Amino acid sequence: MKRYFHEELEDVRSNLMLMGEKSVEITNSAMKAMLEGDQVLAEKIIKSDDVINDIETQIDDEVARYISLRAPVARDLRLLFVAVKASHDLERVGDEASSVAKRTIKILTEGPIGPSLGQVPKMCELAVSMLKEALQSFIQEDENIAYSIIKRDKEVDSLNRENFSQFVELMKQDPSTVATCTEMVFVSKSFERIADHAKNIAEEVYYLLTSQSLKEVIRAEKQGR
Amino acid sequence: MPVMEDRLENKTRMDATNVESPPDEKNRSLIKISDFDFFYGDKQALFDINMDIAEKEVTAFIGPSGCGKSTLLRCINRMNDLIEIARIGRGDVRVNGVDIYDPRVDATVLRKRVGMVFQKSNPFPKSIYENVVYGLRIQGISKKSVLDDAVEKCLKGAALWEEVSDRLDTSGLSLSGGQQQRLCIARALAVEPDILLMDEPCSALDPVATAKVEELIHSLKNDYTIVIVTHNMQQAARVSDRTAFFYMGKLIEMNATDQMFMSPNNEQTEAYISGRFG
Repeated sequence: MKRYFHEELEDVRSNLMLMGEKSVEITNSAMKAMLEGDQVLAEKIIKSDDVINDIETQIDDEVARYISLRAPVARDLRLLFVAVKASHDLERVGDEASSVAKRTIKILTEGPIGPSLGQVPKMCELAVSMLKEALQSFIQEDENIAYSIIKRDKEVDSLNRENFSQFVELMKQDPSTVATCTEMVFVSKSFERIADHAKNIAEEVYYLLTSQSLKEVIRAEKQGR
Repeated sequence: MPVMEDRLENKTRMDATNVESPPDEKNRSLIKISDFDFFYGDKQALFDINMDIAEKEVTAFIGPSGCGKSTLLRCINRMNDLIEIARIGRGDVRVNGVDIYDPRVDATVLRKRVGMVFQKSNPFPKSIYENVVYGLRIQGISKKSVLDDAVEKCLKGAALWEEVSDRLDTSGLSLSGGQQQRLCIARALAVEPDILLMDEPCSALDPVATAKVEELIHSLKNDYTIVIVTHNMQQAARVSDRTAFFYMGKLIEMNATDQMFMSPNNEQTEAYISGRFG
C-alpha cells in the first residue's frame, strides 16, 4: 500500500538526481574552460556552484522532515541516509569543479594554458564516467554497476601520481612554469577527489540496494570468503 | 430557526465574513477557544485554553493520559453535556463565530455540524446501508434515491465503497475492525458536517487498518476540518497539519506539525515527543 507521504521520498530522489546532473555538468564545464582557456565559462562555473549547494540544503531539509514526521524504516530509511551522504559528496564535486575553474583563471593570468595538461583530461573523462555510472546505478537500482565503479578509482589515482611526477619534472626543467605547474598539481588532485566522491556514491548506492557495505564485500572477496 | 442555530446550520454563511478573529495562517479559524476553563465537579480538567483551529486542516491533540485532550475534544460538540458534573468555569468555544455554549444553541444541531468518531468503532446492529443513512432518517429523509446517493457518496468518501458495495444489506457488525471504523466515519459524513472530531480513531486497529484510516483522514481534509486526539505521536506527525500538546489540563504548545516535531518551542514538548517525559 502506497501512502500519501511516500511521494515525499520521490522528491528526495529527484533532487538527488538533479544534483547529480548538475555535478556532472559543472565537472565537464570545468575541463572545457581549462582546455579552451575560457575565463568567462570559468567564472560562470564558480557562480553555478551555489545552485548545487542549495539543492544539498534542500535535500537535508527534506530528509530531516521525513525522519521527524514519517518514522521511516528499512529501505526508506537507508534511502534517506544515502541521500544525505551522496548529496554531500555531490556538493564536494561541485566545490572541486569550482576550484578547477578558479585555478584556470589564475593560470590564464600567467598566460595561455600550454600543452602541459598531462593526464588531466583523461582523469576528467574517467571521473565523469564514474560519476555518471554511480548515478545510473542509483536510478536503475543496479548494484552491479555500483560494484564495477570501485576498481576504476585506482586508475584515476594512478594518473594523478603520473601527473605529479610529470609536473614536478617540468618545474625542474623550466622554473618559469612553477606557478602554472603548481596549480596543475592541485587541478589533478581535484579530479582525483571527484573520482573519490563518485566511488563514495557508488558505495552508498550499493548499501541502499543491498544493505551491505561494499568495502566489506570487497574485503571478504579478497580474503576468499 | 434561531439566528445562532442558523449560523451553525447554514453552510453558505460559514465563510470568511463570519470570522471574528482570523488567524495568520493560510486557512481561517473555524473553531476558536478562548480563556477556557473546564471542571468535572470540583476538579479542574482544563486551564485557560486559547486556540484557533483552522478550517480544512487536520489538527492533532497529543499529550499523556489525563492531560485533557479528549475532554477538550468533547467540548467542541458539547458531548460533555451528557456528564452531569461537567461544567465550564469561564471562557467560550466558538464554531464559526457562534458561542456553542450559548443557551440558544441546540446541541443536536451543533452535533450535526460537528460529527464525532470514537476510539472504539460503534456501528449500530443494522445493515451497512442503514448505518450510513441513520442520521438522514432521523432528519426525516426517506426518499430512496436520496438515501442511495448518500450511501454511495459517503462510503466512497470513507474509502469503503469498493469493499462493501456488493453487500450493503449485511450487518455493519460483520465488518472487520478497520472497516467498522470507516463505516462510522461514513455515518458521520452522511449528515454533512463541517467538522469531524476523532477520539483516538485508530487505537483499536492493526497497522494496515490504521494506514487506511490515516489515508482517509488525509483525503477528507480537502472537505472537512478534522480534530484528532491520538496517543500515537507518529500518527499525529503523519496526519496532521497542526499539533497541540497538552499537559495537566494546560495547552503547552500549539504549532505547525513540521515545527512541532522538528524544532518545538517548548522544552516540555521536546521532552514529550522525544520520549524523555516523566
